[in-house]
Amino acid sequence: MSDQDLKKTPLYDAHVASGARMVPFAGYSMPVQYKDGVLKEHLWTREHAGLFDVSHMGQARIRGTDPAKSFEKVVSADYQGLKPGKQRYGVLLNAQGGIIDDLMTARPDDDGLFVVVNGACKDNDYAIIAKALEGEATVERLEDRALLALQGPEAAAVLAAHVPAAADMVFMDTAVLTAFGVEAIISRSGYTGEDGYEISVPAADATRIWNTLLQDERVKPIGLGARDSLRLEAGLPLYGHDLDETVSPIEAGLNFAIGKRRREAADYPGASRIGAELAGDLSRIRVNLKVLEGAPAREGAQIADATGTVVGVITSGGFGPSFGGAIAIGFVPPALAVVGARLQVIVRGKSQAAEVVASPFVPNRYVRKL
Amino acid sequence: MRFTKDHEWVAVEGDIATVGITAYAAEQLGDVVFVEVPEVGKTVKQGDGLAVVESVKAASDVYAPVSGEVVEANAALGDAPETVNAVPETGGWFAKLKLSNPSEVEALMDRDAYEAFLGTL
Repeated sequence: MSDQDLKKTPLYDAHVASGARMVPFAGYSMPVQYKDGVLKEHLWTREHAGLFDVSHMGQARIRGTDPAKSFEKVVSADYQGLKPGKQRYGVLLNAQGGIIDDLMTARPDDDGLFVVVNGACKDNDYAIIAKALEGEATVERLEDRALLALQGPEAAAVLAAHVPAAADMVFMDTAVLTAFGVEAIISRSGYTGEDGYEISVPAADATRIWNTLLQDERVKPIGLGARDSLRLEAGLPLYGHDLDETVSPIEAGLNFAIGKRRREAADYPGASRIGAELAGDLSRIRVNLKVLEGAPAREGAQIADATGTVVGVITSGGFGPSFGGAIAIGFVPPALAVVGARLQVIVRGKSQAAEVVASPFVPNRYVRKL
Repeated sequence: MRFTKDHEWVAVEGDIATVGITAYAAEQLGDVVFVEVPEVGKTVKQGDGLAVVESVKAASDVYAPVSGEVVEANAALGDAPETVNAVPETGGWFAKLKLSNPSEVEALMDRDAYEAFLGTL
Protein backbone atom coordinates (compact mmCIF):
# COMPACT_ATOMS: atom_id res chain seq x y z
CA MET A 1 0.00 0.00 0.00
CA SER A 2 1.46 3.36 -0.95
CA ASP A 3 1.28 6.34 1.38
CA GLN A 4 -1.35 7.91 -0.88
CA ASP A 5 -3.71 5.01 -0.20
CA LEU A 6 -3.48 5.40 3.56
CA LYS A 7 -6.50 6.79 5.35
CA LYS A 8 -6.19 9.67 7.78
CA THR A 9 -7.92 10.06 11.11
CA PRO A 10 -9.54 13.42 11.92
CA LEU A 11 -6.44 14.15 14.03
CA TYR A 12 -3.87 13.67 11.24
CA ASP A 13 -3.01 17.37 10.89
CA ALA A 14 -2.73 17.75 14.66
CA HIS A 15 -0.21 14.89 14.80
CA VAL A 16 1.93 16.35 12.03
CA ALA A 17 1.81 19.78 13.72
CA SER A 18 3.04 18.14 16.95
CA GLY A 19 6.08 16.67 15.22
CA ALA A 20 4.80 13.10 15.03
CA ARG A 21 6.59 10.45 13.01
CA MET A 22 3.78 8.96 10.92
CA VAL A 23 3.75 5.30 9.85
CA PRO A 24 1.28 3.04 8.04
CA PHE A 25 -0.85 1.12 10.55
CA ALA A 26 -4.11 -0.75 9.93
CA GLY A 27 -4.53 1.10 6.64
CA TYR A 28 -4.10 4.50 8.28
CA SER A 29 -1.23 6.94 8.57
CA MET A 30 -0.72 6.96 12.34
CA PRO A 31 1.74 8.56 14.78
CA VAL A 32 4.27 5.98 16.02
CA GLN A 33 5.96 8.57 18.24
CA TYR A 34 6.24 12.31 18.81
CA LYS A 35 9.38 14.35 19.52
CA ASP A 36 10.11 12.80 22.93
CA GLY A 37 10.33 9.25 21.59
CA VAL A 38 8.86 5.93 22.68
CA LEU A 39 10.77 5.56 25.96
CA LYS A 40 9.87 8.98 27.39
CA GLU A 41 6.29 8.74 26.12
CA HIS A 42 5.88 5.36 27.81
CA LEU A 43 7.21 6.64 31.15
CA TRP A 44 5.15 9.84 30.92
CA THR A 45 1.96 7.79 30.56
CA ARG A 46 2.85 5.70 33.62
CA GLU A 47 3.53 8.84 35.69
CA HIS A 48 1.13 11.46 34.33
CA ALA A 49 -1.40 11.26 31.48
CA GLY A 50 -0.91 10.22 27.87
CA LEU A 51 -3.30 11.15 25.07
CA PHE A 52 -3.68 8.63 22.24
CA ASP A 53 -5.49 8.85 18.92
CA VAL A 54 -7.19 5.49 18.41
CA SER A 55 -9.63 6.73 15.78
CA HIS A 56 -8.47 3.98 13.38
CA MET A 57 -10.44 1.54 15.51
CA GLY A 58 -13.96 0.70 14.44
CA GLN A 59 -16.92 2.16 16.32
CA ALA A 60 -20.43 0.86 15.69
CA ARG A 61 -23.92 0.72 17.10
CA ILE A 62 -25.92 -2.50 17.11
CA ARG A 63 -29.64 -1.82 17.25
CA GLY A 64 -32.71 -4.05 17.19
CA THR A 65 -35.38 -5.53 19.40
CA ASP A 66 -32.81 -7.65 21.27
CA PRO A 67 -29.41 -6.71 19.81
CA ALA A 68 -27.41 -8.51 22.51
CA LYS A 69 -29.15 -11.81 21.83
CA SER A 70 -28.41 -11.59 18.10
CA PHE A 71 -24.83 -10.45 18.71
CA GLU A 72 -24.19 -13.40 21.02
CA LYS A 73 -24.41 -15.74 18.02
CA VAL A 74 -20.86 -14.72 17.06
CA VAL A 75 -19.31 -13.55 20.33
CA SER A 76 -18.48 -15.33 23.56
CA ALA A 77 -19.35 -12.88 26.28
CA ASP A 78 -22.66 -12.56 28.10
CA TYR A 79 -24.04 -9.40 26.55
CA GLN A 80 -27.68 -10.08 27.42
CA GLY A 81 -26.52 -9.79 31.01
CA LEU A 82 -24.60 -6.55 30.39
CA LYS A 83 -26.12 -3.87 32.60
CA PRO A 84 -26.76 -0.34 31.34
CA GLY A 85 -23.71 1.83 32.05
CA LYS A 86 -21.28 -1.09 31.78
CA GLN A 87 -18.78 -2.32 29.19
CA ARG A 88 -17.44 -5.85 28.73
CA TYR A 89 -14.53 -7.44 26.82
CA GLY A 90 -15.35 -10.24 24.40
CA VAL A 91 -14.08 -12.13 21.40
CA LEU A 92 -15.61 -12.66 17.97
CA LEU A 93 -15.27 -16.37 17.20
CA ASN A 94 -15.07 -18.53 14.09
CA ALA A 95 -16.73 -21.95 13.88
CA GLN A 96 -13.56 -23.60 15.20
CA GLY A 97 -13.45 -21.39 18.29
CA GLY A 98 -10.60 -19.27 16.90
CA ILE A 99 -10.53 -15.54 17.56
CA ILE A 100 -11.58 -13.36 14.60
CA ASP A 101 -11.12 -10.23 16.71
CA ASP A 102 -11.29 -9.03 20.29
CA LEU A 103 -13.67 -6.21 21.05
CA MET A 104 -15.25 -4.01 23.69
CA THR A 105 -19.01 -3.85 23.88
CA ALA A 106 -20.83 -1.27 25.96
CA ARG A 107 -24.37 -0.32 26.90
CA PRO A 108 -23.81 3.40 27.46
CA ASP A 109 -27.52 4.29 27.04
CA ASP A 110 -30.75 2.65 25.84
CA ASP A 111 -29.77 2.93 22.16
CA GLY A 112 -28.63 -0.66 21.64
CA LEU A 113 -24.98 -1.67 22.02
CA PHE A 114 -21.83 0.36 21.30
CA VAL A 115 -18.99 -1.78 19.95
CA VAL A 116 -15.30 -0.92 19.45
CA VAL A 117 -13.22 -3.28 17.27
CA ASN A 118 -9.64 -3.34 16.00
CA GLY A 119 -8.91 -1.11 13.02
CA ALA A 120 -7.26 -3.76 10.87
CA CYS A 121 -10.18 -6.15 11.42
CA LYS A 122 -13.16 -3.86 11.21
CA ASP A 123 -14.44 -4.51 7.66
CA ASN A 124 -14.37 -8.29 8.19
CA ASP A 125 -15.88 -7.96 11.67
CA TYR A 126 -18.80 -5.86 10.50
CA ALA A 127 -19.57 -8.29 7.67
CA ILE A 128 -19.65 -11.22 10.11
CA ILE A 129 -21.69 -9.33 12.68
CA ALA A 130 -24.16 -8.07 10.06
CA LYS A 131 -24.71 -11.63 8.83
CA ALA A 132 -25.38 -12.86 12.36
CA LEU A 133 -27.84 -10.03 12.96
CA GLU A 134 -29.67 -10.44 9.64
CA GLY A 135 -33.40 -9.84 10.00
CA GLU A 136 -33.09 -9.24 13.73
CA ALA A 137 -30.83 -6.25 14.27
CA THR A 138 -28.53 -3.86 12.40
CA VAL A 139 -24.93 -2.81 12.74
CA GLU A 140 -24.24 0.83 11.92
CA ARG A 141 -20.65 1.96 11.50
CA LEU A 142 -20.01 5.31 13.19
CA GLU A 143 -17.62 6.68 10.56
CA ASP A 144 -18.12 10.26 11.72
CA ARG A 145 -16.63 9.74 15.17
CA ALA A 146 -13.08 9.91 16.48
CA LEU A 147 -11.77 7.93 19.47
CA LEU A 148 -9.30 9.34 22.00
CA ALA A 149 -7.71 7.47 24.88
CA LEU A 150 -6.52 9.38 27.94
CA GLN A 151 -4.41 7.07 30.09
CA GLY A 152 -2.33 7.36 33.22
CA PRO A 153 -2.58 8.14 36.94
CA GLU A 154 -3.47 11.79 36.28
CA ALA A 155 -6.06 11.03 33.59
CA ALA A 156 -9.01 11.13 36.00
CA ALA A 157 -8.09 14.53 37.41
CA VAL A 158 -7.46 15.91 33.93
CA LEU A 159 -10.78 14.74 32.52
CA ALA A 160 -12.77 15.72 35.63
CA ALA A 161 -11.76 19.34 35.03
CA HIS A 162 -13.78 19.20 31.80
CA VAL A 163 -16.31 16.44 32.53
CA PRO A 164 -17.03 16.26 36.29
CA ALA A 165 -19.26 13.17 35.92
CA ALA A 166 -16.33 11.14 34.57
CA ALA A 167 -14.78 11.15 38.05
CA ASP A 168 -17.72 9.09 39.36
CA MET A 169 -17.08 6.23 36.95
CA VAL A 170 -15.11 3.08 37.84
CA PHE A 171 -13.28 0.61 35.59
CA MET A 172 -15.51 -0.61 32.74
CA ASP A 173 -18.25 1.95 33.42
CA THR A 174 -19.58 3.69 30.33
CA ALA A 175 -21.87 6.67 29.76
CA VAL A 176 -23.02 9.18 27.21
CA LEU A 177 -21.99 12.53 28.65
CA THR A 178 -21.91 16.10 27.49
CA ALA A 179 -18.20 16.78 27.25
CA PHE A 180 -16.40 19.70 25.60
CA GLY A 181 -19.82 20.91 24.42
CA VAL A 182 -20.64 17.74 22.47
CA GLU A 183 -22.16 14.33 23.06
CA ALA A 184 -19.34 11.96 24.02
CA ILE A 185 -19.44 8.23 24.71
CA ILE A 186 -16.99 7.78 27.57
CA SER A 187 -15.78 4.57 29.20
CA ARG A 188 -13.34 4.22 32.06
CA SER A 189 -11.03 1.75 30.36
CA GLY A 190 -8.09 1.53 28.01
CA TYR A 191 -5.32 -0.81 26.95
CA THR A 192 -2.28 0.39 28.88
CA GLY A 193 -2.89 -1.12 32.33
CA GLU A 194 -3.34 2.39 33.70
CA ASP A 195 -6.45 4.10 34.95
CA GLY A 196 -7.95 6.15 32.15
CA TYR A 197 -10.72 6.72 29.65
CA GLU A 198 -11.67 6.09 26.06
CA ILE A 199 -13.60 9.02 24.67
CA SER A 200 -15.67 8.82 21.47
CA VAL A 201 -16.45 12.24 20.03
CA PRO A 202 -17.78 13.64 16.74
CA ALA A 203 -14.98 13.73 14.15
CA ALA A 204 -15.58 17.43 13.50
CA ASP A 205 -14.77 18.26 17.15
CA ALA A 206 -11.85 15.88 17.59
CA THR A 207 -9.00 18.33 16.93
CA ARG A 208 -10.47 20.98 19.23
CA ILE A 209 -10.90 18.43 22.04
CA TRP A 210 -7.43 16.95 21.44
CA ASN A 211 -5.85 20.41 21.67
CA THR A 212 -7.91 21.33 24.72
CA LEU A 213 -6.67 18.25 26.59
CA LEU A 214 -3.09 18.95 25.52
CA GLN A 215 -3.25 22.42 27.07
CA ASP A 216 -3.12 20.67 30.45
CA GLU A 217 0.54 20.35 31.41
CA ARG A 218 -0.11 16.85 32.78
CA VAL A 219 -0.99 15.61 29.26
CA LYS A 220 1.30 14.73 26.35
CA PRO A 221 0.46 13.09 23.02
CA ILE A 222 1.63 9.47 22.90
CA GLY A 223 2.22 7.38 19.78
CA LEU A 224 1.56 3.78 18.85
CA GLY A 225 5.11 2.77 19.83
CA ALA A 226 4.51 3.49 23.50
CA ARG A 227 0.95 2.19 23.26
CA ASP A 228 2.43 -1.17 22.30
CA SER A 229 5.08 -1.24 25.04
CA LEU A 230 2.49 -0.16 27.64
CA ARG A 231 0.02 -2.89 26.69
CA LEU A 232 2.83 -5.47 26.61
CA GLU A 233 3.87 -4.54 30.16
CA ALA A 234 0.20 -4.73 31.16
CA GLY A 235 0.18 -8.33 29.88
CA LEU A 236 -2.60 -7.57 27.40
CA PRO A 237 -2.70 -9.60 24.17
CA LEU A 238 -2.77 -7.81 20.81
CA TYR A 239 -4.82 -8.99 17.86
CA GLY A 240 -2.73 -10.01 14.85
CA HIS A 241 0.16 -10.87 17.15
CA ASP A 242 -0.89 -12.81 20.25
CA LEU A 243 -4.39 -13.48 18.96
CA ASP A 244 -5.47 -14.80 15.57
CA GLU A 245 -7.99 -17.14 13.99
CA THR A 246 -6.09 -20.26 15.12
CA VAL A 247 -5.93 -19.18 18.77
CA SER A 248 -8.86 -19.89 21.08
CA PRO A 249 -9.74 -17.59 23.97
CA ILE A 250 -8.78 -20.36 26.41
CA GLU A 251 -5.34 -20.80 24.84
CA ALA A 252 -5.00 -17.02 25.05
CA GLY A 253 -5.85 -17.01 28.74
CA LEU A 254 -9.04 -15.08 28.10
CA ASN A 255 -11.35 -17.46 29.95
CA PHE A 256 -13.16 -14.46 31.44
CA ALA A 257 -14.33 -13.57 27.91
CA ILE A 258 -16.64 -16.60 27.97
CA GLY A 259 -19.58 -15.67 30.18
CA LYS A 260 -20.78 -18.14 32.83
CA ARG A 261 -24.24 -18.36 31.27
CA ARG A 262 -22.64 -18.89 27.85
CA ARG A 263 -20.43 -21.74 29.14
CA GLU A 264 -23.46 -23.53 30.49
CA ALA A 265 -25.48 -22.99 27.32
CA ALA A 266 -22.47 -23.76 25.06
CA ASP A 267 -24.26 -21.70 22.42
CA TYR A 268 -21.29 -19.84 20.87
CA PRO A 269 -19.16 -20.74 17.81
CA GLY A 270 -16.52 -23.36 18.53
CA ALA A 271 -18.22 -24.40 21.78
CA SER A 272 -17.06 -28.02 21.48
CA ARG A 273 -13.38 -27.06 21.26
CA ILE A 274 -13.62 -24.35 23.87
CA GLY A 275 -15.60 -26.60 26.22
CA ALA A 276 -12.92 -29.30 25.94
CA GLU A 277 -10.19 -26.73 26.55
CA LEU A 278 -12.01 -25.38 29.60
CA ALA A 279 -12.05 -28.98 30.89
CA GLY A 280 -8.27 -29.11 30.55
CA ASP A 281 -7.69 -30.52 27.06
CA LEU A 282 -5.23 -27.87 25.92
CA SER A 283 -1.97 -28.09 23.94
CA ARG A 284 -0.69 -24.55 24.33
CA ILE A 285 -1.35 -21.55 26.51
CA ARG A 286 -0.25 -17.94 26.63
CA VAL A 287 2.53 -17.08 29.08
CA ASN A 288 4.48 -14.04 30.11
CA LEU A 289 8.25 -14.39 29.92
CA LYS A 290 10.97 -12.33 31.52
CA VAL A 291 14.13 -12.57 29.41
CA LEU A 292 16.91 -13.04 31.96
CA GLU A 293 19.86 -12.34 29.69
CA GLY A 294 20.67 -10.94 26.27
CA ALA A 295 18.63 -9.22 23.62
CA PRO A 296 14.88 -8.66 23.70
CA ALA A 297 13.01 -11.66 22.26
CA ARG A 298 10.61 -10.35 19.65
CA GLU A 299 7.66 -11.78 17.73
CA GLY A 300 8.64 -14.99 15.93
CA ALA A 301 11.49 -15.96 18.26
CA GLN A 302 11.34 -19.62 19.31
CA ILE A 303 10.87 -20.77 22.88
CA ALA A 304 12.76 -23.89 24.02
CA ASP A 305 12.56 -25.93 27.20
CA ALA A 306 15.52 -26.57 29.51
CA THR A 307 16.80 -29.36 27.22
CA GLY A 308 16.78 -27.10 24.16
CA THR A 309 13.72 -28.64 22.52
CA VAL A 310 11.59 -26.01 20.80
CA VAL A 311 8.23 -25.88 22.55
CA GLY A 312 6.67 -22.62 21.46
CA VAL A 313 6.97 -19.19 19.94
CA ILE A 314 7.03 -15.55 21.03
CA THR A 315 4.05 -13.59 19.74
CA SER A 316 4.93 -10.17 21.21
CA GLY A 317 8.14 -9.07 22.78
CA GLY A 318 10.38 -6.14 23.40
CA PHE A 319 11.76 -3.92 26.09
CA GLY A 320 9.54 -2.86 28.98
CA PRO A 321 10.60 0.67 29.94
CA SER A 322 8.83 0.61 33.33
CA PHE A 323 9.69 -3.04 33.93
CA GLY A 324 13.30 -2.22 33.13
CA GLY A 325 14.12 -5.19 30.95
CA ALA A 326 13.17 -7.47 28.09
CA ILE A 327 9.71 -9.03 28.31
CA ALA A 328 7.62 -11.17 26.00
CA ILE A 329 4.33 -12.94 25.50
CA GLY A 330 4.35 -16.39 23.90
CA PHE A 331 2.65 -19.76 23.76
CA VAL A 332 3.96 -22.99 25.37
CA PRO A 333 2.49 -26.34 26.50
CA PRO A 334 0.47 -25.95 29.73
CA ALA A 335 2.94 -28.06 31.74
CA LEU A 336 5.60 -25.38 31.16
CA ALA A 337 3.28 -22.45 31.78
CA VAL A 338 4.01 -22.33 35.48
CA VAL A 339 5.31 -19.19 37.18
CA GLY A 340 9.00 -19.71 37.88
CA ALA A 341 9.54 -22.28 35.09
CA ARG A 342 12.89 -21.78 33.38
CA LEU A 343 12.78 -21.71 29.59
CA GLN A 344 14.99 -20.42 26.80
CA VAL A 345 14.29 -17.96 24.02
CA ILE A 346 16.25 -18.21 20.78
CA VAL A 347 17.25 -14.82 19.42
CA ARG A 348 19.34 -14.71 16.23
CA GLY A 349 20.40 -18.30 16.84
CA LYS A 350 21.47 -17.77 20.45
CA SER A 351 19.73 -19.41 23.39
CA GLN A 352 19.02 -16.99 26.21
CA ALA A 353 17.58 -17.83 29.62
CA ALA A 354 13.99 -16.80 30.30
CA GLU A 355 11.53 -17.36 33.11
CA VAL A 356 7.76 -17.63 33.21
CA VAL A 357 6.41 -14.75 35.31
CA ALA A 358 2.95 -13.69 36.44
CA SER A 359 0.81 -11.28 34.49
CA PRO A 360 0.89 -8.31 34.39
CA PHE A 361 4.58 -7.38 34.20
CA VAL A 362 3.74 -3.99 35.73
CA PRO A 363 0.81 -3.75 38.20
CA ASN A 364 -2.49 -2.56 36.73
CA ARG A 365 -3.97 0.59 38.19
CA TYR A 366 -7.61 0.20 37.22
CA VAL A 367 -9.99 2.03 39.57
CA ARG A 368 -12.45 -0.64 40.61
CA LYS A 369 -13.96 1.22 43.58
CA LEU A 370 -14.18 4.88 44.42
CA MET B 1 35.97 9.90 9.48
CA ARG B 2 34.21 8.17 6.57
CA PHE B 3 30.57 7.23 6.13
CA THR B 4 28.32 4.67 4.41
CA LYS B 5 24.86 5.03 2.93
CA ASP B 6 23.68 2.70 5.74
CA HIS B 7 24.72 5.42 8.21
CA GLU B 8 27.77 3.76 9.70
CA TRP B 9 30.97 5.71 10.35
CA VAL B 10 34.59 4.56 10.30
CA ALA B 11 37.54 6.30 11.96
CA VAL B 12 40.97 4.89 11.02
CA GLU B 13 44.19 5.05 13.03
CA GLY B 14 47.03 3.05 11.50
CA ASP B 15 45.42 -0.22 10.38
CA ILE B 16 42.64 -0.15 13.01
CA ALA B 17 39.17 1.12 12.10
CA THR B 18 36.68 2.11 14.81
CA VAL B 19 33.05 1.64 13.69
CA GLY B 20 29.78 3.17 14.88
CA ILE B 21 26.52 4.60 13.62
CA THR B 22 25.96 8.25 12.79
CA ALA B 23 23.99 10.78 14.82
CA TYR B 24 21.35 10.68 12.08
CA ALA B 25 20.96 6.90 12.45
CA ALA B 26 20.82 7.13 16.24
CA GLU B 27 18.10 9.75 15.98
CA GLN B 28 16.10 7.60 13.54
CA LEU B 29 16.40 4.51 15.75
CA GLY B 30 15.13 6.25 18.83
CA ASP B 31 16.02 5.13 22.33
CA VAL B 32 18.56 2.31 22.19
CA VAL B 33 17.87 -0.29 24.90
CA PHE B 34 20.21 -3.12 23.89
CA VAL B 35 23.33 -3.50 21.75
CA GLU B 36 24.81 -6.78 20.57
CA VAL B 37 28.48 -6.26 19.77
CA PRO B 38 30.62 -8.79 17.86
CA GLU B 39 33.03 -11.22 19.47
CA VAL B 40 36.73 -10.42 19.33
CA GLY B 41 38.40 -12.55 16.67
CA LYS B 42 35.40 -12.60 14.34
CA THR B 43 36.27 -11.85 10.73
CA VAL B 44 33.83 -9.79 8.68
CA LYS B 45 33.60 -8.79 5.05
CA GLN B 46 32.34 -5.38 4.00
CA GLY B 47 28.53 -5.49 4.23
CA ASP B 48 28.35 -8.36 6.73
CA GLY B 49 26.30 -7.95 9.88
CA LEU B 50 28.57 -6.56 12.59
CA ALA B 51 26.29 -5.56 15.47
CA VAL B 52 22.60 -5.33 16.33
CA VAL B 53 21.06 -2.25 17.87
CA GLU B 54 17.68 -2.56 19.53
CA SER B 55 15.26 0.22 20.34
CA VAL B 56 12.09 -0.29 22.41
CA LYS B 57 10.29 -1.29 19.25
CA ALA B 58 12.72 -2.90 16.85
CA ALA B 59 16.04 -4.59 16.19
CA SER B 60 18.30 -3.08 13.50
CA ASP B 61 21.42 -4.58 11.95
CA VAL B 62 24.65 -2.62 11.77
CA TYR B 63 26.79 -3.68 8.78
CA ALA B 64 30.54 -3.77 8.60
CA PRO B 65 31.56 -0.71 6.55
CA VAL B 66 34.92 -2.31 5.84
CA SER B 67 36.43 -5.82 5.94
CA GLY B 68 38.63 -6.97 8.77
CA GLU B 69 39.02 -8.81 12.06
CA VAL B 70 37.33 -7.65 15.24
CA VAL B 71 40.12 -6.75 17.68
CA GLU B 72 37.99 -5.00 20.30
CA ALA B 73 34.28 -4.63 21.08
CA ASN B 74 32.71 -1.85 23.14
CA ALA B 75 31.66 -3.90 26.17
CA ALA B 76 30.54 -0.71 27.98
CA LEU B 77 27.43 -0.66 25.76
CA GLY B 78 26.17 -3.75 27.60
CA ASP B 79 25.43 -1.72 30.71
CA ALA B 80 24.84 1.60 28.98
CA PRO B 81 23.22 1.09 25.55
CA GLU B 82 21.90 4.67 25.76
CA THR B 83 25.47 5.81 25.02
CA VAL B 84 24.65 5.16 21.35
CA ASN B 85 22.01 7.92 21.49
CA ALA B 86 24.06 10.27 23.67
CA VAL B 87 27.39 10.17 21.81
CA PRO B 88 26.92 8.04 18.67
CA GLU B 89 30.07 9.26 16.92
CA THR B 90 32.43 8.93 19.90
CA GLY B 91 31.68 6.76 22.99
CA GLY B 92 28.88 4.89 21.21
CA TRP B 93 31.25 2.97 18.92
CA PHE B 94 30.64 -0.78 18.50
CA ALA B 95 33.89 -2.41 17.44
CA LYS B 96 37.46 -1.88 16.30
CA LEU B 97 38.47 -3.79 13.17
CA LYS B 98 41.95 -4.60 11.92
CA LEU B 99 41.60 -3.64 8.27
CA SER B 100 42.14 -6.40 5.73
CA ASN B 101 41.56 -4.12 2.74
CA PRO B 102 42.39 -0.48 3.63
CA SER B 103 41.40 0.71 0.15
CA GLU B 104 37.76 0.12 1.11
CA VAL B 105 37.96 3.10 3.46
CA GLU B 106 38.94 5.50 0.68
CA ALA B 107 35.86 4.54 -1.33
CA LEU B 108 33.49 5.62 1.48
CA MET B 109 31.95 9.10 1.70
CA ASP B 110 33.67 11.91 3.53
CA ARG B 111 31.69 14.17 5.90
CA ASP B 112 30.65 16.63 3.19
CA ALA B 113 29.49 13.87 0.85
CA TYR B 114 27.56 12.20 3.69
CA GLU B 115 25.86 15.48 4.66
CA ALA B 116 24.91 15.95 1.01
CA PHE B 117 23.56 12.37 0.94
CA LEU B 118 21.42 13.07 4.02
CA GLY B 119 20.00 16.06 2.18
CA THR B 120 18.61 13.72 -0.47
CA LEU B 121 16.70 11.52 2.04
